Amino acid sequence: MSYKIPAFRHPNLPKNELGYTSKDYEGAVSTLCAGCGHDSISNAIIEACFDMSIPPHRVAKLSGIGCSSKTPTYFLGNSHGFNSVHGRMPSVATGANMANRDLLYIGVSGDGDTASIGMGQFVHAVRRNVNMVYICENNGVYGLTKGQDSATTDIGSTSKKGEPNALEPIDLCAIALQLGATFVANSFSGDKDQLVPIIQSAIAHQGFAFINVISPCVTFNNTPGSTKAYDYIRQHMASTNTVDYVPLAEEITANYDEGTDERVTMHDGSKIHLHKMESKHDVHSRTSALTMMQEYKAQEKVLTGILFIDEDSNEIHSTMHTTKTPLRELAEDKLCPGLDALEIINELHR
Amino acid sequence: MKRDIITNKFVIKFANVNGTGSASANKLFSRAIFRMGIPISPKNIFPSNIQGLPTWYEVRVNENGFLGRRGGIDIMVAMNPQSMARDINEVEKGGYFVYDSTKPLPKEMLRDDIDLIGIPLTEKCREMYDDPRQRQLFRNIMYVGTLAALFDMELDVFRQLIADQFKGKQKLIAPNVLAVETGYNLAKELHDCPIAYRIERRDNVGNKILIDGNEACGLGAVYGGATVSAWYPITPSTSVIDNFARYCRKFRMDPETGDKNFAIVQAEDELAAIGMVIGASWNGSRAFTATSGPGLSLMNEFLGLAYFAEIPSVLIDVQRSGPSTGMPTRTQQSDVLAAAYASHGDTKHICLYPSTPKECFEYTAQAFDLAERFQTPVMVMSDLDLGMNDNMSEPFEWDDNKKYDRGKVYTEEDLENMTERFGRYLDVDGDGVTYRTYPGTHPTKGAFFTRGTSKDEYAIYTEIGEKYIENMDRLQRKWRTASQYVPKPVIRKTDKPCTVGVIHYGTSEASTIEALHHLNSLHGISLDSMGIQAFPFSDEVGQFIEEHEYVFVVEQNRDAQMRTLLINEYDFDPECLVPLLHYDGSPITARFIRHEIRDWILQTTTSPRRRSRFY
Repeated sequence: MSYKIPAFRHPNLPKNELGYTSKDYEGAVSTLCAGCGHDSISNAIIEACFDMSIPPHRVAKLSGIGCSSKTPTYFLGNSHGFNSVHGRMPSVATGANMANRDLLYIGVSGDGDTASIGMGQFVHAVRRNVNMVYICENNGVYGLTKGQDSATTDIGSTSKKGEPNALEPIDLCAIALQLGATFVANSFSGDKDQLVPIIQSAIAHQGFAFINVISPCVTFNNTPGSTKAYDYIRQHMASTNTVDYVPLAEEITANYDEGTDERVTMHDGSKIHLHKMESKHDVHSRTSALTMMQEYKAQEKVLTGILFIDEDSNEIHSTMHTTKTPLRELAEDKLCPGLDALEIINELHR
Repeated sequence: MKRDIITNKFVIKFANVNGTGSASANKLFSRAIFRMGIPISPKNIFPSNIQGLPTWYEVRVNENGFLGRRGGIDIMVAMNPQSMARDINEVEKGGYFVYDSTKPLPKEMLRDDIDLIGIPLTEKCREMYDDPRQRQLFRNIMYVGTLAALFDMELDVFRQLIADQFKGKQKLIAPNVLAVETGYNLAKELHDCPIAYRIERRDNVGNKILIDGNEACGLGAVYGGATVSAWYPITPSTSVIDNFARYCRKFRMDPETGDKNFAIVQAEDELAAIGMVIGASWNGSRAFTATSGPGLSLMNEFLGLAYFAEIPSVLIDVQRSGPSTGMPTRTQQSDVLAAAYASHGDTKHICLYPSTPKECFEYTAQAFDLAERFQTPVMVMSDLDLGMNDNMSEPFEWDDNKKYDRGKVYTEEDLENMTERFGRYLDVDGDGVTYRTYPGTHPTKGAFFTRGTSKDEYAIYTEIGEKYIENMDRLQRKWRTASQYVPKPVIRKTDKPCTVGVIHYGTSEASTIEALHHLNSLHGISLDSMGIQAFPFSDEVGQFIEEHEYVFVVEQNRDAQMRTLLINEYDFDPECLVPLLHYDGSPITARFIRHEIRDWILQTTTSPRRRSRFY
């Protein structure tokens, strides 16, 4: 059941550039378990969109099936949403994007949805560089079917069921990097300060922006033996960088340190300000990102932050040379060649 | 052998090796007959292979305009030693066997009830050409010349066709014409020409065109306003998209920017293809995919979503022989049930059954109107025979005043003026069809959540039984409304009152019509017929069955799928529907239908109940 959020809000709620308050970006009340990491991610999406003054109705939010895929109901209530079938959100998002290149597409998925049943669609959306934000809310467990290990569960990790997982996990960030994803980030639902600017950067990115967010499942996988539990992630999380997202209109006022700071100018002119925690890492190098991830993994640490970015990437419409007008806005005059042309075609077949 | 002369009525079959360039030579031959004003119906019978296996091309020539397969071969052009033993046995008594006499025919193959016409084609080619590839290609053109002499055809027609074909490649015209003339002269030199079968100019094709159904579907999608196409390669549907792409490049490039007013995505599989179609349609584009049986099976889950969440989607199913991989290059009408009831739960889908290229063109264009009007999947059920063979067809027509029917969509202005709450699944008009909105239309109104789960009128998730039933019953109401919009059946009644009828659909039409003609003229049996054009069935379909004591249902599958669909949708006594089934993968023949009906009627003195062999 979805409940309506009480209408009352503080009268002096701050407004963004478009005059909207954060309330205008909220959705229905979540029906997920209290303390679920996914709800924090929903809130981060709300905050990111509010801060960036994105008109809520210009967003299309799409998902597959699973706990994570339920969340689009819980944010951006003024946006059209599409809860599709299990593992197939990437194709629906790709089609939607084909029809109208002017909307912002936010896809939400989980580890079952992305790394198992939907792996095929995920990898192909990556290689097509579909212009969208793809968030995988990764908790290493199947929630709605009550606690089976998923394809991202680490070897030896033990969920509530008590059996240590024996199989090699799929690292979605590594796969995305290898397939040529043009924006790859790893984050943690419990670190809003990091997650919100990462989402903002992903929104500003032209092309496929993948964010893997470790999002503990409080009911089935928040056990002492789990590597996707709140405690484990808090103890093992390391950051490659801290991120500030700076909209086009704003001046960067923070101190800039040549050695540790980096500014990336996005396609729309906004900037990402990266404060490097890991001085060895080059955010423009796939090799560096993959190496760093391996190194941290060997130390039993989870590397977070923006791992890779190619801010000059060509998203799918630019490689396909589609018209700038959204295809869905074209009418008969542009679409139908008419009777005269048809008669010529008839003649060619006589 | 003394024979009667038969003009413009015969069946000729070419036996070739695939990948040797024989297709264009065979096409040249059939086009020449068509240009001489005589109706033809060519069929490709090809293997699932690139090079080296036997392939056949069968041409029915009939000046009376019977275009189905007749059955039986009068002239065999045997250019493939691999299949020669089988090919020679296929020739009807009194027919001709044209072969390459560079090597003598093995003795055990000889027949004395047919005429053997040997032409030393390979030898001649070795003499004329040095390049082995040229020898192969021109041998094909050369036998076309031989046939021209045997049938007494006008050589100028070939000259003109070759000139048309190589427009812009002038250098190729003279050598091709020379090859035709060489074959022609060889035949004249070595044999009595013409033979008993002749081609004589007529004016019997009018303004008809010769085109395959897949090209017609691809063109129909352009005219129907499709902007997004997503697909996965599969025989025999691939050329639908090839043709859509070709016509888009011709008509849909922005003249100023050179940008494309269309998007074609080659998907990773059929699941993704239909997912993209659904995503694009949900977002307000006209989108479609083309596939065949195995692809349709893969799309099932998504089709259920499109049905239940009410998202327009157009699918062209070019059917082939199943089950599983089956005979992927052979025809069948065996996806009828899989399409009509695709997906789990209570689902049913609008299906259109074209019989001709013109109907492929019109139904594909119309499919987008129906899909958007009823916010549901629409499947155009073509098949390999129609899709991949040139079919003689009425020319295509288009009304330039026609506007696309985009269905019930609220605009920004509608939403702005709306005082009540928007209900995506609220049946305000009582026809079961509700209003939708495209994403991004209005800042504060009209957004809703599309889902495959059960929902109320406002698209809010619900598991309340009454709400679920309300919604399912509304979908049923919508289905009934759709039955009034889909193409009506084509009913052909005899002059006399008639208690027996025949039902056909899709590519069984031409052979059925011909069989009925001959049943009447040869056996004095006259039957009413009805061509089913669409599912849901409109009232006329049920009425036709009711008006007859029993009705044959002609189809090209083993399990009598259309008959099952009729029995399931109506409550007729199953025994009043007599299945007439052809399913060897070749197009159904007029002869088969005529014999089956004749035998049934002449041997049945009581009700068909007595005959159980079909059940």
